[in-house]
Amino acid sequence: MSEASTHRIIADGAIVADGWTLMALPQVEEAVRKQAGKVVLFRLTGEQTHTPEQLAALQVPAGRVLVPLAVWRLQKDALAARVAAGEIGICVDTHEMVEDLVESCADINAFPVIAVRFERFADGRGYSIATLLRTRYGFRGQLRAVGDVLRDQLFLMKRCGFNAFDVRADRDIEVALAGLRDFTEPYQGAVDEPQPVWRRHARG
Amino acid sequence: MYRYDSYDQRLVDERVAQFRDQTQRYLAGELSEDEFRPLRLQNGLYIQRHAPMLRVAIPYGHLSAPQMRMLAHVARKYDRGYGHFSTRQNIQYNWPTLESIPDILADLATVEMHAIQTSGNCIRNITTDQFAGVAPDEVIDPRPLAEIIRQWSTFHPEFALLPRKFKIAVSGSLQDRAVVQMHDIGLEFFRDDAGRIAARVWAGGGLGRTPILGTMIREHLEWQHLLTYCEAILRVYNRHGRRDNAYKARIKILLKALGAEEFSRQVEAEWVHLKDNPNTITQAEFDRVAAFFEPPAYRTLPAHDAGFDTALASDPGFAAWVRRCVHGHRQPGYRAVTLSLKSNDIAPGDATDAQMDAVAELSERYSFGEIRVSHEQNLILADVELGQLHALWQAAREHGLATPNIGLLTDIICCPGGDFCSLANAKSIPIAQAIQQTFDDLDYLHDIGELELNISGCMNACGHHHVGHIGILGVDKDGSEWYQITIGGKQGSDASLGTVIGPSFAADEVPGVITRLIEVYVRDRHADERFIDTVRRLGVAPFKEHVYGKRADKEAAGV
Repeated sequence: MSEASTHRIIADGAIVADGWTLMALPQVEEAVRKQAGKVVLFRLTGEQTHTPEQLAALQVPAGRVLVPLAVWRLQKDALAARVAAGEIGICVDTHEMVEDLVESCADINAFPVIAVRFERFADGRGYSIATLLRTRYGFRGQLRAVGDVLRDQLFLMKRCGFNAFDVRADRDIEVALAGLRDFTEPYQGAVDEPQPVWRRHARG
Repeated sequence: MYRYDSYDQRLVDERVAQFRDQTQRYLAGELSEDEFRPLRLQNGLYIQRHAPMLRVAIPYGHLSAPQMRMLAHVARKYDRGYGHFSTRQNIQYNWPTLESIPDILADLATVEMHAIQTSGNCIRNITTDQFAGVAPDEVIDPRPLAEIIRQWSTFHPEFALLPRKFKIAVSGSLQDRAVVQMHDIGLEFFRDDAGRIAARVWAGGGLGRTPILGTMIREHLEWQHLLTYCEAILRVYNRHGRRDNAYKARIKILLKALGAEEFSRQVEAEWVHLKDNPNTITQAEFDRVAAFFEPPAYRTLPAHDAGFDTALASDPGFAAWVRRCVHGHRQPGYRAVTLSLKSNDIAPGDATDAQMDAVAELSERYSFGEIRVSHEQNLILADVELGQLHALWQAAREHGLATPNIGLLTDIICCPGGDFCSLANAKSIPIAQAIQQTFDDLDYLHDIGELELNISGCMNACGHHHVGHIGILGVDKDGSEWYQITIGGKQGSDASLGTVIGPSFAADEVPGVITRLIEVYVRDRHADERFIDTVRRLGVAPFKEHVYGKRADKEAAGV
């Protein structure tokens, strides 16, 4: 992907050039729906499925790559040297279990970047994934929102621990940046500020 | 009541600016319909049949007189001179223009009001008992914790885009008046053996298409842990609730799919990680918020008032009103009063701007300038002196606010229905009005006694038809409007869901059906037995027989 060098994202509150390639899975048209509670593996409109053979056979491109979790789990041995070189990040879909990522690696901080891919911006599961990565699993690297990433959700995402935003290509990234400043003093503790307002300030 | 400090005010002001910008971008074509929808819904803005509908939040149903005057102002300036108080203790305006919404929100912000999270797939307005703080059977005043939950849930980032809407109710009395079992989370406060405030936690209740009463998932939760425990419940739901089908996306479906035991296990497992995090409520914060709900400056009064006793004995109209609209109070010499929004010339729950101004005025004159909204869609003055009741009654009567029908058949809970709501299958307001006109004989109404009749225009159940003693549900059959009748539903501590009596009816048949249900009750009741008790004792059969027997005879006779 030659655009990688000119592609821009928001990282730590500023617009920067991005050096990572997001590895896409080939499209598969097969809707599978599952019941609530049976470990949710459906997307909003049914999930796309790939066979393990297909996933194992996919070629991970050269350079710094965000590898889909499902591919990573099947190819992690082959990618070990590239992980050590700091050129592998992971991309988790909102319907995937963050626990699967954690169990698939010895140290989650071996990845400089973990991306959460929002197929649709209204899918709030990605917010719990981010929160868990930061609070329970101690991820310190770049946590990046990719996919249907829009200005009006950036503030929420930031509060859930995202510090990088790959804003949807058809939107103005400069305009989106302002979304990080929608509110000054939120009420509740969350990832970016664990203390609720009544612990931060003397009220009343 | 709670008053904003600079932090509360700033958040609301920033929300107004944010929404003004979002609306401008939408009108300029920079935001698509799909992108704008969740943004406007989380500001209470629906696109309806005739115009946008704006739902304004009234946290746990509490209003000050200036806030009520602002609601009147909004009705006058931006709407058609009235508003509709809803079953979630909020108010809805049916005729504002989209362009005017940011200005309405800015006006509301000047009196510490907003429309935040009154719709959308997020945590909605927290509701509670309309008699909180004054009810004789209250054990814990739920309002401080309701306010603390309100603040925590406002813009909660992790739970801003849930699978579906999420409703929390709190209650702290012996008799549940907040229908906690009908909510996604219901918190029932009590004092434990050690004298501490604790909550029984109910989850997975809800009406709508799949009515289910909640399950108690924890019998004892100390108040400090309310927020972190709610976080655990919401995280399990946010991660595992269905998102592929909006009709199966409520937490009740997840709880049912997993089973209550497994659901509770997952919540507890999550809570292990969250317990004692900084959202754990401190005594200092509890005390700060609780101070806003200290009792007002009551006068020391005797338990009886001679003037009141005289008026009661000499004025039957006043006595009838006192019997239905005046409620007990924990403070000697005081009473709580319900101002009925259920007279038969106005849609249930509607109030005109003049009525709202009048209520504000009455609250200042008689009740410390505070008003509550009940989920039965009436207005409450919670702290009225016994000796002032007669004067209040006279003034309320002038404004059409003294119909003595609270708890009676014509105190109908009713959603806006097909006249306004684009979700509705059928109209509900004309049905309510037809029933109110059929039962306009007050003596007969009092003889029938306590009876809750609830109407919803579709299975989303905004009119709570499942828990009405008589429930009416509008259904669509081949493009025309029909009404399904249930009996035996009940809210409260012994809540139950109603049973359908049989095939549905055309609109003009409904008042007749209600009449026949009442005939069975009057015929078969024991002394002092309420309608609901008779239904519970006899079952549906005799009612069904009387309703459909007549109908079958009519059809057989070719009428």
